[in-house]
Parts: sequence; C-alpha cells; structure tokens
Amino acid sequence: MHFKSQAVAKPYFIAAIGLFVGQILFGLILGLQYVVGDFLFPAIPFNVARMVHTNLLIVWLLFGFMGAAYYLVPEEAETELHSPKLALVLFWVFLVAGALTILGYLLVPYASLAKMTGNDLLPTMGREFLEQPTITKAGIVIVALGFLYNIGMTVLKGRKTVVSLVLLTGLVGLAVLFLFAFYNPINLVKDKYYWWWVVHLWVEGVWELILGAILAFVLIRITGVDREVIEKWLYVIVAMALITGIVGTGHHYYWIGTPEYWQWWGSIFSALEPIPFFMMTVFAFNMVNRRRREHPNKAATLWALGTAVMAFLGAGVWGFLHTLSPVNYYTHGSQITAAHGHMAFYGAYVLINLTIISYAMPHLRHNAPAANGRAQVLEMWAFWLMTISMVFITLFLTAAGILQVWLQRAAETPLPYMVVQDKVALFYWLREITGLVFFVGLVLYVASFFVKGKAHVPETKAARAATA
Amino acid sequence: MSQTFTKEMARNIYYGGSAFFILLFLALTFDTSNALPQRDRREALTPEVALGKKVWEENNCIGCHTLLGEGAYFAPELGNVYTRRGPDFIKAWMKIQPSGVPGRRQMPQFNLSEEELDALVAFLKYTSEIDTAKWPPNIEG
Repeated sequence: MHFKSQAVAKPYFIAAIGLFVGQILFGLILGLQYVVGDFLFPAIPFNVARMVHTNLLIVWLLFGFMGAAYYLVPEEAETELHSPKLALVLFWVFLVAGALTILGYLLVPYASLAKMTGNDLLPTMGREFLEQPTITKAGIVIVALGFLYNIGMTVLKGRKTVVSLVLLTGLVGLAVLFLFAFYNPINLVKDKYYWWWVVHLWVEGVWELILGAILAFVLIRITGVDREVIEKWLYVIVAMALITGIVGTGHHYYWIGTPEYWQWWGSIFSALEPIPFFMMTVFAFNMVNRRRREHPNKAATLWALGTAVMAFLGAGVWGFLHTLSPVNYYTHGSQITAAHGHMAFYGAYVLINLTIISYAMPHLRHNAPAANGRAQVLEMWAFWLMTISMVFITLFLTAAGILQVWLQRAAETPLPYMVVQDKVALFYWLREITGLVFFVGLVLYVASFFVKGKAHVPETKAARAATA
Repeated sequence: MSQTFTKEMARNIYYGGSAFFILLFLALTFDTSNALPQRDRREALTPEVALGKKVWEENNCIGCHTLLGEGAYFAPELGNVYTRRGPDFIKAWMKIQPSGVPGRRQMPQFNLSEEELDALVAFLKYTSEIDTAKWPPNIEG
C-alpha cells in the first residue's frame, strides 16, 4: 500500500464479496422456482427472492465501487484520504441499512413494509430495482453525499489525474441520477420515462465512466504502460460511452406510451453503444501486449481482460441483439431481455469489481503486489468457472427467449404465456444446473482468499517506483 | 493511437460530445413532455386509478409480472390483461390465489379489499389504453 488510508477499502471489498454470495444463492432459488413453481412458497415467493437478488447485486456493486474509489483515489491523488474515519462510519451505515432492508423484504409482506416505513408520505416503492423503502433511499443519498465529499476533498487537495476525474464524474452522476428514484408520478408513462434516468443512465451511462476509470487504473499498474497513452484511451472510451449511451436511452422508449420517433433515435444510437465496449476490449489487450513489466498478479490481469471481453459480449453484442425497434417489438420483456441483463451485469460490473478486488486485496492484506501462486491458480479457476457458466446461462436463456418469442408473439396462433413457459422448461433446467456450476466457481473464489502458500512477493521500493 | 491525436483532443471530445448529447437528450425530453398528453391518456387518471397504481406498487406486482414489457419475466404481461381477461376475471383470479397446485408457479394471496380490487382493475384498464405503438404484438402479451 502506498497510503495508510487506503486500508478503508478492505471492509468494503469484504462486504461486497459477502453480499455477492447472497445474491447468487437467491439467484439459484429463483432459477429453481422457474421450473418447480412452488419451491419455498409461501415462505419466499418469487417476487421477494427476485427483489433480494437484484437489490443485493446493486448494493454489492456499490460497495465495490466505493471500495475501489477509496483504494485508488489516494494513490492517484498522491495523498492520504480526506477522512478515513468518515469512510468507516459510512461503511457501517450502508451495511446496516442494507441488511435491515433485505431483512424487511424477507420477514414481512412487502405491503406491510411499505406501511411500516411510511411509503404513503412519499411513495417511491414497488418499482423494479427501486423497491427499497423511501427511508432506505434517503439513507443511500446520505451515504453517497458523504462518500462524494470524502473522495472530492481528497482529489482537490492532491494530484488531479484523468483517472480520478473520470471516476469522480461517474460517481457524481451516479448520485445525481439516483435522485430521480424519488420522482414517482401517478402518470405511468412519466413514471417509466424518468425511472430509466436512474436505471439506464446508470448502467449505460455513468457506471461506464466508473468502469473505465477502474480498468484504466488497474492497467496502468499492471502493465506499466505510459499513463499518457492510457488516459487518452480512457477519454475516448468514456466519450463514446456517453455520446452513444445518453440518447441510447431511447431504446427503452419504444412501447411505453412515448412518441414513436424514439424508435429511430433509440435504434440508431443504441446500435452504436457496442462501440465503446469494443474499444475497451482493444484497449485492454493492446495495453497488456505492450506491457513494460511482468506484474506478479496474473489473476488481476485475467480479470481485467475478462472484463473487457465479457462487457463487450454481454452489453455490446447481446444488447445489440434486441435493441433495434423492429426486433425489440417481438423480444421486449422476454427471456432475451433476461439473457442480456445477466451477461451484461456480470461482464461489465461484476468483473470490474472482481478486477479491482483482485488487484487491491494482496496490497491490503499482505502489503504485497500479488497473492501466492496457489491462491492465484484457484482464483483463475474461479474466473473460468464463473465466466463460462455465465456464457452458458446466457445461451440457455437466449434459447428460451427465442422459443418464447416465436410461440407467444410471432406464431400464427399465439400461445398463452404459461403454456409457452412449460414448453421451454428444458432450458430453465439447463440454466439452473449451470447456475450451480457458477456457484462452485464462486465458492472457489472465496476459498482462494484462504489458501496458504509460499511467501507473498514482497513490495520493494523498486517495485513501487515501477508501478507509479 | 497515433501522436497526431493528442490527449487534449480526446478530452475535448469527451467534454464537448457529452455536453452536446446531454443537451440533445434534454431537448428530446422537452418535446416528449409536450407530446405525451396525446398518448398517455392523462385525462383518465382518476383517484381510483391512482389508488390502483399504489396497490400495484405496494404489493410488488412488478416482482413477477411485466407491465408494458418492463418488470420480471416470471408471470404474464399485465399491461393488456384488462383486454385479455376483463375486470371480473381479474378480481376473481386475485381472490382465489394461491392455486396450491403442486409444482406450479404460485401467486401469493394479497388480501385486497373490494375497493382495492376495483382500483387495481381501474389501473389495469388505464394501462391497456395507453398508446404503446401497438405493442404487444398480440393479445397474449
């Protein structure tokens, strides 16, 4: 570690991994409920399990982003974090608020939770991904403000690099756009229109800035390539992300009551959305090929390259698959959407978090640039198991989706929803089995932190200078 | 990337491009806001529909169903369920859940009052009348 205060990142990363495990367990419950409909009913109905699955995902990714910022901003700014104490206080506030919310989902009926938390005063609940009680949403805003203050002050007093400025822009955008979660008009069309300002402008907008900045940081450290080169790439990638992604929001405005010209805006701009992801892949491989040093953390390099490839496949290719409005007319809200959602979130945001965790954890835990060899081998097994499983989960859901679209939407005599679900059950079974393999990969990943091996590579002054 | 393309040029594309497309998006949003009254049937937004939306939200219906194609993909699309099934069916259906058939997907019993059931039906009637550019492709959703 270069700066003592970077240590606050560690609890954030540990919490992120813990919640990730929870997310996957609930994913397995959901996958089984698709084929064994009454599994765990009425204790954990599907809607509750899904809320836990998606909310845990969002919360652990946010823990990861915050940990990443606390780790990399002091190093980029070349100064200690403004207030490590505030960072630790906010950690516990966020963790306790998150845990209480999840317990609320699991222990009381959702309608009772709405009543208990005063949803009447400012109704914001019951919308996909924004199911949190209004009071939890307020807590998220407070944590985000404290976090931004802390990171902002650190950047202000230190060196201002492109990496930290892009990261900060992304984080500010994340916090500002979340405010639309409080806007819930009676008019469903307006509700949906601005709901996407949180959801789309997060994942296909400002989160890409965070992703790009973290990836650039790790590549600078791992490859030793000149910062100037990497920062130029970063600018171009995030420029393309925003140029295509902002108006690309239009691909959600085809069928929700908005004007039909969005079919043109949405189709054209979202067809360009794979470009920044493709550039990210070219960028990552280029930098690793032009590396000026052999970094001992092979696992981190693998996660970084994996992020670039899987984000392009999941967000870029699988997004393009159903983004043109004439195609989307048939695929909208089908298992195709689910397929894309899974690989895009895994490829872009799960993997970038696991990349920075893989890079930072050896520093945080052993003050060494890399974990021991055996731990790294296990970590790389985990990468391949989870990644290949996710590819197959996506392929099975895509197959289910194509059949669903054909039987329910495109056939001459369309079949009812549940009839079609029964016909595609085979693919749901295959998805669930593959999900179990994913879980094995995740267990190996967690285990890799506990593997003892030969001494960790010590962090020498020379090595530090080489990475600076 | 070649030396003729400098970091400053890349930075300017980032700031300039983002600013331009944010403004374009805001302009399109402004135009959409003006066009919405012809499409979103806001004159039909009665207090009963508002209560129906609240019932919809406070029972997390979106956790299993889609509404205009958005939501979870575990249970049928409900944006057009009013046209597909009609008001009486919807109310009767809500009252007899869960089916309890072994192995089948189960919908919880939400214990809604008669007033809440009517409001939910009014909300789903409203959603079926939004101009969605002819989506879904057919009545099955």
